[in-house]
Amino acid sequence: MAILQSPAGKKTAWTLVDIFVIVYALFPVLWILSLSLKSSETLADKSFFPTDISFEHYETIFSADVSLFIRPLINSIGISVIATLIAVVLGTMAAYAIARLEFPGKRALVGVSLLIAMFPQISLISPLFEMERALGLFDTWPGLILPFVTFALPLAIYTLSAFFREIPWELEKAAKMDGATPGQAFRKVIAPLAAPGVFTTAILVFIFCWNDFLFAISLTSTENARTVPAALAFFTGASQFETPTGSLSAAAVIITIPIIVFVLFFQRRIVAGLTSGAVKG
Amino acid sequence: MAEIVLDKVTKRYPDGALAVSEVSIEIADGEFIILVGPSGCGKSTTLNMVAGLEDITSGELRIDGERMNEKAPKDRDIAMVFQSYALYPHMTVRENMAFPLRLAKVDEATINQKVNEAAEILDLTAHLDRKPANLSGGQRQRVAMGRAIVRNPKAFLMDEPLSNLDAKLRVQMRTSVSKLQKQLGTTTLYVTHDQTEAMTLGDRVVVLRGGHVQQIGSPQYLYDNPANLFVAGFIGSPAMNFFPGQIAEGSVRSPLGTVPLPDRLKQAVQSGSGQRDVIVGIRPEHFEDASLMDDASRERGGLITVKVDVLESMGSDAYAHFTVDQGTSIDSAELAELAADSGRTDTGSDTGFTARLSAATRAKAGESIELWFDTDKLQLFDPSSGKNLVEV
Repeated sequence: MAILQSPAGKKTAWTLVDIFVIVYALFPVLWILSLSLKSSETLADKSFFPTDISFEHYETIFSADVSLFIRPLINSIGISVIATLIAVVLGTMAAYAIARLEFPGKRALVGVSLLIAMFPQISLISPLFEMERALGLFDTWPGLILPFVTFALPLAIYTLSAFFREIPWELEKAAKMDGATPGQAFRKVIAPLAAPGVFTTAILVFIFCWNDFLFAISLTSTENARTVPAALAFFTGASQFETPTGSLSAAAVIITIPIIVFVLFFQRRIVAGLTSGAVKG
Repeated sequence: MAEIVLDKVTKRYPDGALAVSEVSIEIADGEFIILVGPSGCGKSTTLNMVAGLEDITSGELRIDGERMNEKAPKDRDIAMVFQSYALYPHMTVRENMAFPLRLAKVDEATINQKVNEAAEILDLTAHLDRKPANLSGGQRQRVAMGRAIVRNPKAFLMDEPLSNLDAKLRVQMRTSVSKLQKQLGTTTLYVTHDQTEAMTLGDRVVVLRGGHVQQIGSPQYLYDNPANLFVAGFIGSPAMNFFPGQIAEGSVRSPLGTVPLPDRLKQAVQSGSGQRDVIVGIRPEHFEDASLMDDASRERGGLITVKVDVLESMGSDAYAHFTVDQGTSIDSAELAELAADSGRTDTGSDTGFTARLSAATRAKAGESIELWFDTDKLQLFDPSSGKNLVEV
């Protein structure tokens, strides 16, 4: 074990561990990527690296009927973005109130939101299905946005209130003394400082909405509101005896891209230690 | 520029706790007022009520004759410097200082001019484009001051602005705060728990204890004429020595010996007939090594021989710590609170007394020495009420 004590040995050990974790996590993703790039003939050739790179599956899913993939992709993006926006805005206000204010029923509010987060979603599907059909929300965007927001809000409130508690309250008092209205103090001082928390929360909520399969498959029936995870289940091969492995892989790769873009875009905003220097501590 | 009047201002929290009780202070235009007291005495609460950050339960706050109780902080036109500075970390120094002006919708040219002026005064010009995180403690403190002075408010409120600085910087900043206040001539209300800051900065000092005003006056007046045991023990460093004693027939008997009452005190205690218990207070600086005194001066005071436990030489003078057999001990809530605040109860040596002798003294630890004390400077307090027997 002596080698692990030396700095160089330690570094090597950590590098090995890191590589292991990365390979472990990314191997399935790479496999899907590899599958999606193989031509139909070589799909089952059992080699990890495609022998000849072909984009035929990508062409297939984009050139096929719009309702197969493109329309669900638009649904996914639209529904997830709107649900994220609503959840983050509502969550920010709720979290701020929970972190800063004393009001009757505060504990109840926190408890109920935790309860919602813990509630098994599958048990709500039947009642939700009936309710949405009665209300005319079934198979519409709002019909999905509503449950997404409901189940994402507890997550948003919890993450955000932790961030708000980190912000020194004196900054708000200082803003008030400097002549700010409560609204100005929130917008110009508190919100910019809470931004890293807001972006973190936005990423988490977006991923939750984007990946959801349960609500998407149960509360939609046509391409009207069906999102990609649900749409993938309706992929068929060229004939009914063929598994659409290539197309599924290509679609899986495509729907991973927005998540990566979203995370990369907001990651730069998540600057740790933004509040350092505000107060002596 | 404004005069601030607190008229029986009271703060009672919803749980019934009384934080500030009927505090009345009249602050003249341009005056530098210090609120001082141990932690929990209500000084910060008082300041927050003036700022508008806390509601006033009863009483009235007037700025320039106008009732302010219901006004939001932004409508009171007063600036505040916080103990933690509370700088906006996402803004540069320039933006921090410009923030109050931006909110007041001042035009850009004026903002620039005012920020530059303030930066000039506070020696911050070189740091205007840096973020607070990259500044030292003293620089952050100056930015906090800068943010207060840019908009020329009616008054400054300062909540222990120097307590986060190290000792040396604190002394420097104390001088600059004082200079700045004189230069700007802005009414200032300054909260501190440090009696040295209170003594050196203020035009007048307000001593608070448990939400009640103990005494208001100039630092020198408080030092010479403390209204009660609490003020006497709080003001002055090292703190005043207290002995149990009795007065009878024009003289006072205490562990210091029996000395005739000075004329100043004679009239004050005449009312009581016969013997009466008192607490005798004398400041360390009113002792002196008797061997260093000429005979004429020795006549004017009392003499006592004590054994020196510890001698601390400060260079300019020497602190001799001694104990005397005082018979009964003093039982006073006020002194107990002071002792608790200074941590003296933890050390278990609350019977020690201190004399401040000139550096030439030949006193040594463990040896006896004859001390002279100035009987003119004795303070007598009523043991039950804690009040000074001389009406002030």
